[in-house]
Amino acid sequence: MGAEPPQKEASPKIVIVDESPIRAAILEEGLREAGFTGVVHISEMQSLLQRIYALDPDVILIDLENPSRDILEQMFQVSRAVRRPIAMFVDQSDAASIQASVDAGVSAYIVDGLKKERIKPILDLCVSRFNAFAKLQDELDRAKSALEDRKVIDRAKGILMKLKGLTEDEAYVLLRSTAMREKKKISEIAQSILTASELLK
Amino acid sequence: MNGALHIGFIPLIDAAALIVAVDKGFAKAEGLDVTLAREVSWSNVRDKLNIGLFDAAHLLAPVAIASSLGVGHVKVPIMAPFNLGLNGNAITASPELHAAILREVEGDPFDPMATARALARVVAARRRSGAEPLTFGMTFPFSTHNYQLRFWMAAGGVDPDEDVRMVVLPPPYMVESLAGKQVDAFCVGDPWNSIAVDRGVGCILNFASDILPRAVEKVLAFRQGWSERNKETVSALVRAAFRAAEFIEQHENRAEVARILSHPGRIGVPADVVQRTLDGRLKVSADGTMLESRNYLLIGREGAARPDPVQAAWLYAQMVRWKQTSLSPAALDAAMAVFRPDLHDAALGRSAVAGASESPGRIEAFAGPTFDPGDIRTYLAAFGSPERTNG
Repeated sequence: MGAEPPQKEASPKIVIVDESPIRAAILEEGLREAGFTGVVHISEMQSLLQRIYALDPDVILIDLENPSRDILEQMFQVSRAVRRPIAMFVDQSDAASIQASVDAGVSAYIVDGLKKERIKPILDLCVSRFNAFAKLQDELDRAKSALEDRKVIDRAKGILMKLKGLTEDEAYVLLRSTAMREKKKISEIAQSILTASELLK
Repeated sequence: MNGALHIGFIPLIDAAALIVAVDKGFAKAEGLDVTLAREVSWSNVRDKLNIGLFDAAHLLAPVAIASSLGVGHVKVPIMAPFNLGLNGNAITASPELHAAILREVEGDPFDPMATARALARVVAARRRSGAEPLTFGMTFPFSTHNYQLRFWMAAGGVDPDEDVRMVVLPPPYMVESLAGKQVDAFCVGDPWNSIAVDRGVGCILNFASDILPRAVEKVLAFRQGWSERNKETVSALVRAAFRAAEFIEQHENRAEVARILSHPGRIGVPADVVQRTLDGRLKVSADGTMLESRNYLLIGREGAARPDPVQAAWLYAQMVRWKQTSLSPAALDAAMAVFRPDLHDAALGRSAVAGASESPGRIEAFAGPTFDPGDIRTYLAAFGSPERTNG
């Protein structure tokens, strides 16, 4: 995308380990836009280590909700199975960036020898995309719950209209004024009407 | 006092003292407002404790030591004034491997030396027939599970680095990996052994308490620097965990404890599985065979909660034995200093001398030379290289 590719030297090979396909796609897209072309997503946790060894990446990004993080810790060990030792990306001079990545819910592992300057932009991008995903998820959850609230309120209005002979507007005004008086949300009052009407059936 | 605390835990039965301390009100009675955070990996628990997102954690004892020494990861000094549990692990094998070992066993099938020698014969036979090496799952490179498996098989003549494959598996993946034949056996804490047995995909071969009768498993861990600035809080939490451990160990409270732990936000497994583990009475195979040990899991009884620096030295010796680090007197001292019986005693208002009599300070493993923290070099040399048994 950019006017000039970030590296004339080979772009590091990046593996994303994430069971969320949407988040992985968001991250992958971001990395490609930034000029990192060698990105592979692993969503299946079975034989994770073998697949990582087969891909032989320079950087591994994994979400913190993933229990498989502990499997990656094995790669720090000196063992015959490990072809290239891998370390967790920990920049002890930069506590804020570690905090930011844990807050965002992501962790990075790098092969020994990869320069800090090369991993930093990858991690930063990762943090911002993870945060963007979390915000998206949050908005989606809120939209879903708003929709649920609407349904509950509509049903409560229906009950009030039928039982008290009110118009739709009057029913809503009654709900709203009751909510204000009792310092509750309209949806909570609506829910209690639904519960009461269930009980009185 | 800093009363609001964030504490991380992994959903395992040996988080019981911490969970009961919070859910049964022992922490509140000490003026603490604890938020427990259920985590999915030991790496997360370690990192969140290290960077201060957690004030304390339910942590693998070897991780507390590795972190303090900077072995395998960034160096952050940790201190542990309270053992959340001793023992509690078991070795579970697939029904096929279990049957193969039992065919080779000479003597008592629950004697770990008998099963270890039988394993050596199974391994040798597989090698002769050109079969793939057996794969053993354990929970973390710096875990009691890793060291207990290695200690056991090496005693029978199996070299864990040459003769078999050792792989890290998160506890929640253990059972499905055994069912899917990605591993032939594993060493893990409960509920996972019992779940494998209940599903008919595994048989418990040995209790880890038959390998080491008193092995520190999980500790209540704090960052050393933080704990020095929050001494009152640390003491209060130790007291709350101690009261909870006492409550758990009272037999008449077991059903209530099992109910608290089985809650989905805590451990989230059926109450009867929790109870079997706490009682040390486990179904070991699908046919209903039971195995009982009063040492299966010690939460607080018999001084189990009091940290023993000799245990820390033993764990450090295992890291050296399996080449995770090299032997140094300074590192040994640092490892032993992670365990703080003095702070345990101070929190509970006991004199150090009175407390000391409760901890035997001996390892008494089922095999191998006597452990002497003052001479780890001789101890390790006595193992030599594992002798081959070709049965």
